[in-house]
Amino acid sequence: MSSEPTQLGGAGGAAQGGIAEVSPHPGVAKPDPILVADGLRRSFGGLTAVDVERLQVQRGTITALIGPNGAGKSTLFNVLTGFDRVDTGSWTFEGGRLNGLAGHQVARRGMVRTFQLTKALTRLTVMENMLLAAPGQSGERLLGSFLRWSWARQEDSNRERAEALLERFRLAHMRDEIAGSLSGGQRKLLEMARALMVRPSMVMLDEPMAGVNPVLVESLLEHISALRDEGTTVLFVEHDMDVIMGISDWIVVLAEGRVIAEGRPEDIRSDQVVIDAYLGAHHDEAGRGSGDEAAEGIEEAR
Amino acid sequence: MDFLGILATSLTSAIGPVAAIYALAIIGLNMHFGYTGLLNFGQVGFMLVGAYGVGISVGTFGLPLSVGVGAGILCGLLLALLLGIPTLRLRADYLAICTIAVAEGLRFVYRAPFARDFTGGVFGRQNLSEGFRELNPFPPGRYGFGDITFSSPHLWTMVVTWSLVLVASLVMWSLIHSPWGRVIKGLREDEDAVRSLGKNVFAYKLQSLAVGGVFGALAGVMIALHQASITPDQFRPQVTFYLWAMLLLGGAGRVLGPVIGSVVMWFLLTFTDEMMRAMDQMGWLPFVSGGELGAVRHALVGLILVLLIIYRPQGLVGDRREMLVNVK
Ligand SMILES: Nc1ncnc2c1ncn2[C@@H]1O[C@H](COP(=O)(O)OP(=O)(O)O)[C@@H](O)[C@H]1O
Ligand SMILES: [Mg+2]
Repeated sequence: MSSEPTQLGGAGGAAQGGIAEVSPHPGVAKPDPILVADGLRRSFGGLTAVDVERLQVQRGTITALIGPNGAGKSTLFNVLTGFDRVDTGSWTFEGGRLNGLAGHQVARRGMVRTFQLTKALTRLTVMENMLLAAPGQSGERLLGSFLRWSWARQEDSNRERAEALLERFRLAHMRDEIAGSLSGGQRKLLEMARALMVRPSMVMLDEPMAGVNPVLVESLLEHISALRDEGTTVLFVEHDMDVIMGISDWIVVLAEGRVIAEGRPEDIRSDQVVIDAYLGAHHDEAGRGSGDEAAEGIEEAR
Repeated sequence: MDFLGILATSLTSAIGPVAAIYALAIIGLNMHFGYTGLLNFGQVGFMLVGAYGVGISVGTFGLPLSVGVGAGILCGLLLALLLGIPTLRLRADYLAICTIAVAEGLRFVYRAPFARDFTGGVFGRQNLSEGFRELNPFPPGRYGFGDITFSSPHLWTMVVTWSLVLVASLVMWSLIHSPWGRVIKGLREDEDAVRSLGKNVFAYKLQSLAVGGVFGALAGVMIALHQASITPDQFRPQVTFYLWAMLLLGGAGRVLGPVIGSVVMWFLLTFTDEMMRAMDQMGWLPFVSGGELGAVRHALVGLILVLLIIYRPQGLVGDRREMLVNVK
C-alpha cells in the first residue's frame, strides 16, 4: 500500500444489488446477504485469532477482506468453511446454518474456498485436478466406479467444462502435465479454476494473487470480475491496495481478529481507523511495505 | 556349484504359491499406501484375521470351505472398520501407530490361553484345506518344465492364488482409472484440497482401508488353504515389513508394482540363500557358517534395497516423473 490508490474507485461501484446504499460501519446489515456470521470467536491458547461480532457478505459482490498479517483472515476463512472449529458463534450461508458442518459439507452447499498456501494435487495432471472437483459424480462411488458406461457421459461433459475453464485461465496447453510441474502462479490459477468446477455460489479466495506474475494478475482480476458478473459472490483476501481498490465492491478490514471497518473502497480509503491500523502494522514491521512480501511472511496460516 | 539348479530353485520360489500370496497382500498395501497415502504398518493383521476366518470356521466348527473364505473376508472388512473409524479423522500418524499395535495385539489375542477353544492358542489350527484340495482338478504328480516343477497341491494353490492376483489387479486398475480412484489419488497429495472440493475424505479413506484390507485378508485365507495349518506366530510384524520392502521394490502406486515386487524379491531371497549355502559348502565363506548365513543373506537383501532406494527410488516399475515432483 505504499503506492497511490488508483482512481478507478470500485469497479463494481455499479451498485451490486443495493450495496451502494449501505452505510459503512463495522457489522452493518446488508440488503441481500449470502453469508451471515454472528459472534464468531476462535482462539489459540491465549491468542484470540478471530473475534467477529457481526459480518454479512452481500450476494453477487466482490468483497475484499484486508488486514495486516496475523489479523485472522485465514483463520476466519477456515472457520467459515468448516476447516477449523469455532469457540462460539454461528453463521449461515444462503439461509442455512453451517455450524458444525465438515469442510466437504460446506463446499457442497456452494461455498468453496482456496488456500493461502496453494494446494495443487501435484502428482495428478492438471485435467485430473479439474475433473476431481466436479460435483455429484456417480463414478466417485466405490461400486459405481465399476459401471463405466454409467459415468462415461458425465465424465465427458465434465471434461468439456474443465476444458473451457482451463482455456479461460490459460492453462489448456498444460492439461496433461502433472500439476507439480506448474509454476507457483499457474498453481494459483489452477486452484481457482478447480474451485469453479464445483459450481460454487460463493468462492473464498485466500490471497489468490500472491506469487502470480503481474501479467497473470491482470487476467486473474478479469476472471474475478467476470465471476461476479455471472452472479458468483466472491470474498477474497489480498494485500495489494491497487488491486483491492480497483476491483472490490465492498471492503472488510480485519485487525487482531476484529472487524474494525467496512465499506466501499472510497469509504475505506479515507477511514482514519484503517489508516491507523495499517500504519501501526508498519511501525511493527519496519521496511515491510507491499503485500507480496508481507504475504510470504506468515505461513502458519493453518 | 550347480548354478543352473540354484537358478531353477529361485525361479520356482519367484512364481510359487507363497510369492502369489504375498503379491495379493501387497496389492492391498498398495491400495493403502501407494494410492491413498495411508500408512498401514499392520497389513499382517489383515492376513491373520483372514487366515483365522478359515481356521476357526473350518478348524474349530467344521464348517465348509466357502463359509471359511467368507468369514475371512468379513473379518478383514471388520478389522478395517475397527481400525479406520477411530483413527482416520485424526492425523495420519495415528493410523500408522494403531495398525502396528492392533496387528501385534491381535496376534497375542489369537494365541492367548483364553482364546484356545476358538483359535487353538499357540498351536493354531490344522487340517484346514480338505475342502480346498477336494476341488483340485490336477491329478497327483509333478508339473512344470525342466527343474522348475510343482506338486499337484502347490500347482492348485498357485493357479488359484495367481488368478486372485490377476482379478485383484484388474479390480485395482478399474478402481484407479475411475473418478473414485481420482479422489483416492487426490487424498495422497493433499487431504484438505480434496475436502475443499466437497469430497467426504473420511469415507474415502475408510473405503480404501476396507478394499486393501480385504485383499490382505484374502491373502490370509490363501495361507490357511496353502499350508493347511496356521499358527499365530507366523503373523509377526516382519511379514508386514517384507510386504513394504516388496511394494517399494516393485513400485508403489503402480498396478503391477506388487506383483513385480513380490516375484523379484522372492527370487532374490531364494537366490542369495542358495548361493550362500552353495558357497559355504565349497568352503568359500571362511568367516560365516551355518546359522549366520541367514543373517548375512538378510543383510545382502537389505543392501539391495538401499541401493534401489538410492538409484531407483520409484521402484522397478514406478514413474520417475512422479518421483521428481516438488511435492510441496
Ligand atoms: N493453528 C494455529 N495455532 C496457533 N495459532 C494460530 C493458528 N493459526 C493461526 N494462528 C494465529 O492466529 C493469528 C491469525 O492468523 P491468520 O488467520 O493466519 O492471519 P492472516 O491470514 O490474517 O495473516 C496469528 O497470530 C497466527 O499466529
Ligand atoms: Mg493468511
